[in-house]
Amino acid sequence: MSVPLLAVDGLSRSFGKLVVLSQLDLLVEAGGIHAIIGPNGAGKTTFFNLVTGALGPDVGHIRFDGSEIVDLPSYRRTALGICRTFQNIRLFGSMTVLDNVLLGLHCRTRGGLLTPLVGVPFRRPRAEVGARERAGEILELVGLAGTAARSAVELPYGQQRRLEIARALASAPKLLLLDEPSAGMNTQETIELEALIGEVNRRGVTILLIEHKMSLVMKLSRVVTVLNFGQKIAEGPPAAIQRDPRVIEAYLGSE
Amino acid sequence: MLSDHTVSILIFAGIDVIMALSFYLPASAGQLSAGQGGFMALGAYTAAYLTVQHGTPFPLALAAGGLVGGLVGLAVGFPALRLRGLYLVLVTFGFGEMIRVLFLNAPAFGGPAGFAGIPPATTVWHVLGLLVVLLYFFTRLSGSRMGRAFAALRDDEAAAEAMGVNSTYVKLAAFAAGGVIAGLGGALYAHYTLFIDPEAFGVGRSLFVMLYAVFGGLASFWGAVAGAAILSILPELLRWVKDWREIFYGLLVLTMMLVRPQGLLDAALLARLFPRGERAAARG
Repeated sequence: MSVPLLAVDGLSRSFGKLVVLSQLDLLVEAGGIHAIIGPNGAGKTTFFNLVTGALGPDVGHIRFDGSEIVDLPSYRRTALGICRTFQNIRLFGSMTVLDNVLLGLHCRTRGGLLTPLVGVPFRRPRAEVGARERAGEILELVGLAGTAARSAVELPYGQQRRLEIARALASAPKLLLLDEPSAGMNTQETIELEALIGEVNRRGVTILLIEHKMSLVMKLSRVVTVLNFGQKIAEGPPAAIQRDPRVIEAYLGSE
Repeated sequence: MLSDHTVSILIFAGIDVIMALSFYLPASAGQLSAGQGGFMALGAYTAAYLTVQHGTPFPLALAAGGLVGGLVGLAVGFPALRLRGLYLVLVTFGFGEMIRVLFLNAPAFGGPAGFAGIPPATTVWHVLGLLVVLLYFFTRLSGSRMGRAFAALRDDEAAAEAMGVNSTYVKLAAFAAGGVIAGLGGALYAHYTLFIDPEAFGVGRSLFVMLYAVFGGLASFWGAVAGAAILSILPELLRWVKDWREIFYGLLVLTMMLVRPQGLLDAALLARLFPRGERAAARG
């Protein structure tokens, strides 16, 4: 196994008396697609929230790219190369599609509050021109090239999911966390999504994927981790996971 | 040339627009301040004290007024980091009152009797000049990195953080910049009225400033500009409105909340007013 990009060690988190994540150890290999599956309430999204810094753990360590990040705020982790999409879509509703992607470039661009006052009047600053070119490329990659000027929340549902991915990609992540990217998508949209995730991965982005659609998990991922009641109950290549009796009992068997 | 009366209407309306913009800036990052009158007082008293007691040249006094407004804005921003919505409104409201009471009890600034003998310095050109700079700034801000960070923070703070926005920094910057603008507005005000007292910058002032921006609509800074301009010039045009100002405003706001809760200029109207500009800006 190559160097792990993300190394999680003894991570626990509870809400009141409810233990949502308990002593989780997890290694994410650089360059691959790693899926996390498990029944609702297994602690998958909480795990994402802990990795991105939206939540702090009760105990545990998170090492990313060799350094401890558990005490860093969200935005610092994004700058280091961790970005995510949300299960319940959270695009910026008052902003256009393009502006949503440009916002994703925030940590890769410069410019403060006084920047608008400097530079040539009536001409867009060079940094802004560059940012817009980059955003345009990303929109093209996710297949939203024609929608740049539209309001983000006007897009059809499937396209909003793609825009979430585009916005996260704009931050140039090394590790991209996708929280149920296919939720609510039809078969055709899911096939297109599969292609997109594969393409993003081929471009060198390691992917951590929470997903309920087993077809997607089986086709895309190299490693699958199964969570149940906040604990890891199985881990391995997708084919082995599918046959694992504990997994079948906890998760697959219930379908 | 313009009559003295017209000049006075223009100056007061211009200062109202400046104040409405000082409210709009933090509001565009989701930070509602009910204490802009306090920042205005700081700018007014700082600048007036400098020109009266130290004979400081007006431009320097003006800058000092903005600076003090900005520094205190930064300080107020810190408690604001932990507060949201109504709680933030209450704390900033308390701040405004605190500043008023502070000047009320400061003999060096005239206390309740007010601060008189301020040299006349503000002209209509100062006010218009500052407005031009502010409008230029706000126009360019909306298509800039920080402008987008403000909007993102207002839309969804957690998502903005997850996308790499340092919300602490952005909020403090928004509060400080709002303080600078209000401080400048206060300094201009003091050197036109030539007499200031704490009551001029109390709750009423803060609420009117907020009202201007909300009435105009918070979708764009043009809303604050239009709201303040309309609401401060209208009473001058209609005498009966002037006598019943508070009641008139109350009814206007009530009607607005029923008919057009998003304010005068909403996103749809703005898109119609600036069709090509908006689309070109979005396309890049």
